[in-house]
Amino acid sequence: MSKDEVVLLDFGLSPFCMRVRIALAEKGVQYEAQEEDLFGGKSELLQKSNPIYEKVPVLLHNGKPILESTNIVYYIDETFASPTLLPACSYGRSRARFWADFIDKKVFDGGAAIWRSKGDKLELAKNEFIDILKKLEGALGDKDYLGGDKFGFLDIVLIGSSSWFPAYEKFGGFKIEDECPKIEAWIKRCKGRESVAKTLPVPQQVCELVGMLRKMHGIE
Amino acid sequence: MVTSNVKVLGAWPSPFVSRVRMALKVKSVDYELIEANPHEKTELLIKSNPVHKKIPVLFHGEKRICESLIIVQYIDEVWTDGPNILPSDPYDRAIARFWAAYIDEKWFPLFQLLRDAQGEERRAVVQKISEGLSLLEGAFVDCSKGKAFFGGNNVGYLDIALAGCVGWTRACDILLGAKFLDETKIPHLVGWVERLYSDSSVKDLMPDPHILIELYKKFRAMSEAASE
Repeated sequence: MSKDEVVLLDFGLSPFCMRVRIALAEKGVQYEAQEEDLFGGKSELLQKSNPIYEKVPVLLHNGKPILESTNIVYYIDETFASPTLLPACSYGRSRARFWADFIDKKVFDGGAAIWRSKGDKLELAKNEFIDILKKLEGALGDKDYLGGDKFGFLDIVLIGSSSWFPAYEKFGGFKIEDECPKIEAWIKRCKGRESVAKTLPVPQQVCELVGMLRKMHGIE
Repeated sequence: MVTSNVKVLGAWPSPFVSRVRMALKVKSVDYELIEANPHEKTELLIKSNPVHKKIPVLFHGEKRICESLIIVQYIDEVWTDGPNILPSDPYDRAIARFWAAYIDEKWFPLFQLLRDAQGEERRAVVQKISEGLSLLEGAFVDCSKGKAFFGGNNVGYLDIALAGCVGWTRACDILLGAKFLDETKIPHLVGWVERLYSDSSVKDLMPDPHILIELYKKFRAMSEAASE
């Protein structure tokens, strides 16, 4: 049986790369992570594998590139056997895809609006972000996980993004546990999982990176 | 095959609604179209899609599914009697999903910019749309592997994703003289468009660009009157 070659073009603090690393860990897939220097110069392999966007993550499976983090997680789920990450039923899968799409469209940009803003714009950005989280809280309901009883695809998509929440809290001047306690509880629950605990960075590292990005954007 | 409890909330000119109707046609699923004005947030629309308040929405019994590409995937998974819409190979599926997302996130939104752009700005947007079509031409060559459609011998996911946009692309060619569908630059896509108009699954669901132009002019006149 030939061995699969799995390479991840990675950036440790990228919430999108975190999704892929968690998914691979959940499936027990052995892979090689190649850290990209996004600020110093992207590798030739990244530019060749993702010529349109030149972004991480890129998963190379036996040399074939798969792009866009949510797309990669779908691919991992469909290619590597167990455990299954998406729900079994078609309607459950459509709900998961819907909320993954919502997270992709809203969370990272909503958070960026916070750390890129000052004054009145910051207040507006903060309130819009809290509104986004409240919608996700609605999707969570009283369940342990976004997928239901067990940790799955949608949890993987959001938990990666949640690694940047401490930076949004710091620069936005709010606490998620006050505004969206169920989301805070869900984050803690997911962090109890080995794949998540080993992947998520300490909040300090993210806050330092975002502080650097703020300087680059002339915010401070 | 359950067919009587399927409804689509949508409007025929919408490229996103067209996708859903094409997918249902591929699977030979009967449905009721509930016409909705995309510019009017009715109570039904807000109740059906409270997060985005947009068409299309698919009702399947008590279930409601939103976002056109998600609906197409749902249709593919539920109605397994008919031809497959998504490729069966996971890598081919990943490629199809990638390009469909490119169409929705990067390429088709350029047409919104085109609406209000003038002069140099308009020329820049026209250039970007053409560049996008060149990328999609390359995608067609890779995905079709020499066959008639992105999906191979039959219309598939990526065909459906892009087919809904063809009417508006042709409308821009006519209205603006943009020459987007230029067979000297994108010969494979131009051939593909011609085949769409003969394919039984999609030909009757491709919005007529001349009617789209009339609709657009009417909408433009109403917006201008309202803002005065």
